[in-house]
Amino acid sequence: MESLYVLVPLSVVLVFLIGFVFWRALHSGQFDDLDRPAHDVVADDDKPK
Amino acid sequence: MFCCAGCEAVARTIVAGGFDAYYQTRTQPAPRPQLASPAIETSEGQTEAALMLEGVRCSACLWLIEQVLRRERGITRADVNYTTQRARVTWDPALTSLASLVSAIRSIGYDAAPYDPKREEEQRRRERRSALWRLFVAGFGAMQGMMYAFPAYISDGELSGEASQVMRWASLVITAPVLAFACAPFFAAAWRELRTLRIGLETPIALGLAGGFVASAWATVTGSGEVYFDSISMLAFLLLGARYFHLVASRRASASLDRLMRWTPSTALRTGDRLTVAPGERVPADGVVEQGVSSADESLLTGESRPVPKRPGDAVVAGSINFEQPLTVRVTRAGADTQAAAIARLAERAAADKPRLVEAADRVARHLTLVVLLVALAAALYKADVWIAVAVLVATCPCALALAAPIVLTRANAFLLANGALMTRSSAYQALERVTDVVLDKTGTLTTGRLSLLRVAALGRLDQNSCVALARSLEVSSRHPVSRAFGDGPMFAVDEPKNFAGLGIEAVVAGRRTRIGAEFFCQELARIGSPPSAQGCSVFLADEEGWIAAFELQDAVRPEAAALVADLKARGVQVHLASGDRPQAGAALARLLWIERFTGGMTPHDKCVYVERLQARGRVVAMVGDGLNDAPVLARADVSFAMASGADAAQLRADVVLTGNRLGALLDTLDASRRAMRLLRASFGWALAYNAVVLPAAALGWIGPWEAALGMAASSAIVMLNASRPMALKEPWKASTSSSRSPSYSYS
Repeated sequence: MESLYVLVPLSVVLVFLIGFVFWRALHSGQFDDLDRPAHDVVADDDKPK
Repeated sequence: MFCCAGCEAVARTIVAGGFDAYYQTRTQPAPRPQLASPAIETSEGQTEAALMLEGVRCSACLWLIEQVLRRERGITRADVNYTTQRARVTWDPALTSLASLVSAIRSIGYDAAPYDPKREEEQRRRERRSALWRLFVAGFGAMQGMMYAFPAYISDGELSGEASQVMRWASLVITAPVLAFACAPFFAAAWRELRTLRIGLETPIALGLAGGFVASAWATVTGSGEVYFDSISMLAFLLLGARYFHLVASRRASASLDRLMRWTPSTALRTGDRLTVAPGERVPADGVVEQGVSSADESLLTGESRPVPKRPGDAVVAGSINFEQPLTVRVTRAGADTQAAAIARLAERAAADKPRLVEAADRVARHLTLVVLLVALAAALYKADVWIAVAVLVATCPCALALAAPIVLTRANAFLLANGALMTRSSAYQALERVTDVVLDKTGTLTTGRLSLLRVAALGRLDQNSCVALARSLEVSSRHPVSRAFGDGPMFAVDEPKNFAGLGIEAVVAGRRTRIGAEFFCQELARIGSPPSAQGCSVFLADEEGWIAAFELQDAVRPEAAALVADLKARGVQVHLASGDRPQAGAALARLLWIERFTGGMTPHDKCVYVERLQARGRVVAMVGDGLNDAPVLARADVSFAMASGADAAQLRADVVLTGNRLGALLDTLDASRRAMRLLRASFGWALAYNAVVLPAAALGWIGPWEAALGMAASSAIVMLNASRPMALKEPWKASTSSSRSPSYSYS
């Protein structure tokens, strides 16, 4: 029962941490173009000459 | 108050650098920046500008901005485009200025800037990121909130009071940022609606969210009652998800229109400039090829992706891509005068205008919102339970009514533009859907309009070559297809040319009044009947002394004409041919194309009467013409189509301009408008039915807050998915059979 007092606040901290990681990813432009990755899978030639 | 963001930034820099003494000691204000943007143009004492709107959340915001702008003094027109989120404003520069327009928009909490593609791109990226970030915060908060609520759901009351308090506090900590940050747009919008006393779609949502949170927080702090933090976060997530989906769908719908609008012709060029366009380059202005043989892709304007061959003397349009060889081009129209700019303006105007059905739906949505608020208040007071009010506010979804129309209309406009039909008025969809009769003009519509001279009969003192030269000189000022049949060559001096629409041209040549045109028009001058050698001729030339010449012209029938007529009939549409031609020539064409209803020898006035008579019988008439000579008939018909062959698109007064010069686009337009209106009706029908069922159910307390959230989000998603269904189920129309015979042509 006492563990709840540690684990629940810990999970709250974790939520904010994960939120921050997503914020970084978003602002580095990872989600700006969501269509391209789908096409990249089909385009096999990674290094066209 | 600053006139623009630039000035504000400058002032901030000055103050932040500690130089604010500048403002205290200066004796004169700094000069205003001159806004030399292609988005702003002035004509006839009126200034027109395209403004990008910032901080817009949904269509209610756009409606609000439009209403506020229309109340400003000195503004003659204000239209807000719901898809591109741009306002087209026309004002009198003597009464108001751009700066005061912008400050009017700012006073209600939005921002505006003259349209600039680069800035818009940046703004869109910012908006997309922030929408995604809010969606993530709400989604993650909802998931985590659910975890904390879970023990309470399964414990069946066995959870100790202390443990349950820990869970409640954790939920509160997680839900607070969801509400404060992710839901901020709802509260900002609701505050705006309250402040301007225009109750819109956001007020019920904001009240529902805030009411639910405050009641739950109170329960947590006092340790009594029920908490619904998970439901609130879930509602926020579903709402933001619907908003995000709407953002993506409307961006996608306007993508092809944007391609056209974002491509701006070069403004550095002037008429008469010569330039070389390298292969693979876009032509920067309208012009005429002086040197080089190549082909160009004009699909940006016409939707036709097949390259068009270009030789010296051919016209090239701004925005087309040169393919094979370098072309030397003399500029005829640059900047805002180009065909591409005119088409972009027409397309934007079309997007700013709505069918009556959509306007009615918008009105219903606003009234429904008021009803929802009253019902929520009454139900909550009657049952003394705040959760009933929350459920009513959340479950009903008047915005489903407002969501579908912008997407459907933009997608229909974009689809048609890509297939060579430019809608200039979105309100025409409603009439297009009900068209029962199509009245076709002959020259330039069923035929290509490119005439060639078949025979010259010299009837007077002049020889054949002089007759042609005289005809050419008279026709040179005319845009009529006939004028091109006489080609290039020597010319006579012509004074006081006068154009008689549908009849011909009169001018003074070598001191004598001379006429070219229809037989009876010239006979008024010649005063005797035409000689028998003029048999079969259609264009006549005469002066006060008698007949000079008669010309027999021929005009090729468009290859797809016969199949088009057959397909129109197959759709149950009656086809009429109304021609200003000699009845014999038109009758031959009518027989060739299997058109039963044919009238020949009509003046423009006769055509108007013809259309009116059809309308009096309750028919809905679409008139198809070349857009120049039959302007009065086009205006009379319920819907008008104009072929844009070579003519200036901006001058065409028609609801639909067939930019690709492809007759089949007529059928595509009819089909697409039927489908668009069906999609709209389905969306409206669903939204009305859903709200009619859910409003009483929620008021009676049958629906809990989380069920309400789910219902509302599902309703929005259904409406949006319906609006995103494909515009056409098959390929654009192509003629299945072809026939090209060349009946003789006459003046009309």
